[in-house]
Amino acid sequence: MKIYRTSAFQLTVWYAVMLAVSMVAIATFLYWSTIGFLQRQTDATIEVEISGLREQYELRGLNGLNRAIGGRIQRGDDPDALYLFANRQLRPLAGNMKAWPELVSRDDGWYSFSNQAAGHAVPARARVLALPEGLVLLVGRDISDLDRLLHLAITGLAWGSGLVIALSLAGGLFMSGKVLKRVENINETSRKIVRGDFSQRVATRGTQDEFDQLADNLNHMLEQIEQLMGGIRHVGDSIAHDLRTPLTRLRHSLEEAAAEKNQPALRQQVESSIREADQLLATFSALLRIARIESGGYKVRGEQVQLNSIVNDAMELYEVVAEQRKIGVTRKLAKVPTVAGDRDLIFQLVVNLLDNALKYTPPGGEVTISVTEEDSSILLSITDTGSGIPAADIDKVTQRFYRVDDSRKEPGSGLGLSLVRAVADLHAATLMFANMYPGLRVSVSIPVEST
Amino acid sequence: MRILVIEDDKAVAKYIGKGLDELGYTVDVAPDGKEGLFLATSEHYDALIVDRMLPHIDGLTVVQTLRASNRTIPVLFLSALGEVDDRVRGLEAGGDDYLTKPFAFSELKARLDALLRRSGSSDAPLTELVAEDLNMDLLTRVVLRGGKVIELQPREFRLLEYMMRHAGQVVTRTMLLEHVWDYHFDPQTNVIDVHVSRLRAKIDKGQDKALLQTVRGAGYRLG
Repeated sequence: MKIYRTSAFQLTVWYAVMLAVSMVAIATFLYWSTIGFLQRQTDATIEVEISGLREQYELRGLNGLNRAIGGRIQRGDDPDALYLFANRQLRPLAGNMKAWPELVSRDDGWYSFSNQAAGHAVPARARVLALPEGLVLLVGRDISDLDRLLHLAITGLAWGSGLVIALSLAGGLFMSGKVLKRVENINETSRKIVRGDFSQRVATRGTQDEFDQLADNLNHMLEQIEQLMGGIRHVGDSIAHDLRTPLTRLRHSLEEAAAEKNQPALRQQVESSIREADQLLATFSALLRIARIESGGYKVRGEQVQLNSIVNDAMELYEVVAEQRKIGVTRKLAKVPTVAGDRDLIFQLVVNLLDNALKYTPPGGEVTISVTEEDSSILLSITDTGSGIPAADIDKVTQRFYRVDDSRKEPGSGLGLSLVRAVADLHAATLMFANMYPGLRVSVSIPVEST
Repeated sequence: MRILVIEDDKAVAKYIGKGLDELGYTVDVAPDGKEGLFLATSEHYDALIVDRMLPHIDGLTVVQTLRASNRTIPVLFLSALGEVDDRVRGLEAGGDDYLTKPFAFSELKARLDALLRRSGSSDAPLTELVAEDLNMDLLTRVVLRGGKVIELQPREFRLLEYMMRHAGQVVTRTMLLEHVWDYHFDPQTNVIDVHVSRLRAKIDKGQDKALLQTVRGAGYRLG
C-alpha cells in the first residue's frame, strides 16, 4: 500500500497542519502581547517626551526648547533617549545626535531607522515634529534592547514550533501506525474470510476498548453468518437426502411399472414420466451443486491444473457436436502456467460454455476458444457467432433459471451459467460477457495464484 | 453371488433387494452401520452396497474398518451427496465405486457387474481383447472386425476398449464419462451418444450383426 494513501499518513498530516495553524496563532498572540506591548510603551514614552518639549517651545520659545533638551541630556537619567533639534537645512542645533538620519524626512510622523550616530548602526524609533519657520524636532529611543528581545522571541518561537510540529508528526505517525496495525489486523482476517476460511476470527486484546468492541461485534456477526451458512448447507444436505430419497423411490416405482409387460399402452406413459422425473432430479442436483459450491461447502482439491489440457479434452468431447451442427471450431492456446483449482469443476465450466456457444451458433458459424496469459492471470475466452445476449439481459444470465427469451425453445435448465459463475467465483476468477456483434464472447480470467 | 446391502432407507433397500433377487443374487440387508459391519466381517459376501449416511456407524467408517482389516471385497457406495469431493472421500475410504442417489437400477446393476468382474478377473495385464469377431490388440493398438482393420481415433479406441473390457455388460453414460473421459461432470447434452454412434458407425457399418447395442433407459452394451 502506498504510504500517502494510508489513513495513518493522512491523519498525521491533518494533525500537523492543525498544529502548525495553532502554533502561528499562539505566536501571533505572544508577539502582540509582549513585543507589541513594549513597542507601544516605547512609542508612548516618546509621545510624552515630545509633547513635553513642544510645551517648552510654546511657552519659552527656541531658547526654552534648547535648554530643555540640554537639560534632559545632561541629567542622563535615560541613556536610550535620542534628541535632535534641527534647522531648515536639517543641520543640528541641539541634541545628542550628530546628524539628521538619512532615511528620516522632515515631515511629521513616526519613523523606524538605523542610527549611525554612535559610530555603529543602532536600531531606533523616533517621532518627528515640524515646528514653525522650518525647524524640526526629532525625539526617539534606542530600541536595540527591544530588537534583541524581538529576535530572541522570533527564534524561540520558530524553534519551538518546529520542534512541536516534528514531535507531533512523529507521535502522530507512531500512534496512527499502532491504530492502523489493529485495523490491518481486522482487514487481514476479513480477507481470509472472504477467501473462504470461515473459521477465522478477529483477535482481541481483552482491553474492551473500541477496537476490541469492534472485533467482538465482527466476531459475533461472523458467528451468526457461519451458523446461517451451516444452516443453509444443512438444509441443502437434508433436501438432498430427505427429498431426493422419496423422489428416488418414485422413480424406482415407475421403473418397476415400466417393466410390467402386460400393459404395453401404459408403458410409454410411464417411461415419459421417468424422463420427467429424471429432468426434475437433474435440475435439483444442479441447484444443490451450485448452492454447495457457493456456500463454501465444496472443498477444492488444490491441485495444479493445466487449463490447456482441460480445454483440449473438452474440445475433443464436443468436436463431434460441432461437426454435426456444421460449426467450425478454432483453438488458440498459448503456453500458460498452471492454476490451482479443481480439475473436474473447471472442465465443467469449459463444457458449459462450449455447449452454450455451440447451442446458440447457427450452422456455418464459428466458435473460437482461446487461452492467453495476461499479467498475473490466465484468460480463457470462448467466442461464438450466434445472436449474442440482449444488452439488458447481460448482467442477469448467470442468475438461476434465468433464460434469455429467444433461448427458451432450446433444451436446458437455465442453470448452466449459474454453475459457471459459481465455479468461477470459487476460483476467484472474473467472468465477463461481451457482445461482439455478431456473437458473444465469454471470458474467464483466472488469477495464477488462485486458491 | 451374495451381496450385502447396508442401507437405512427401507424402500431403497427393498428396491435394490428385489431387483438383485430377480437377477439371481442372494441379498442380505443391514439397516445400520453396526449390523452391517458385523455381517460384513462374519459372513462371506461377493460385494457390498453401502449407503454413506447410516445410523450408529456411518458408511465411510464401515468401509475404512473393513479395509483396515485387509478385506478386499468390492464396495459400491450409495449416497445422496453427489459432489466430487464426497466421491473422492468415499473412494479414499476404500470404496471401489460411487453411485449418487437417485439412481436407475440399470446403473446400479451395470456398476455392480463391473465391480464383480474386476474382482474376479486375474491381475495379469491383458494384451488382447476379443468380442465375437471384434479383436483389439492393446500393444499394437490395432482393431480388427472380421479380419478387417478399423481405423479409430485415440478417444474412440479408449471408448471401444472400455466397452470390450465390459463386453456383454451394460455400461452407462456416466460410467463412460468417468472412465473414458476421466472427468466427473454433468454433460449438458447427449454428447456421449454422439461419440457412441460414431464408434458404432465404424465398427458395425456393413456388418450383418450389430455389436454395439443401445440398451433403452440404461446405456450401451457391446456384444
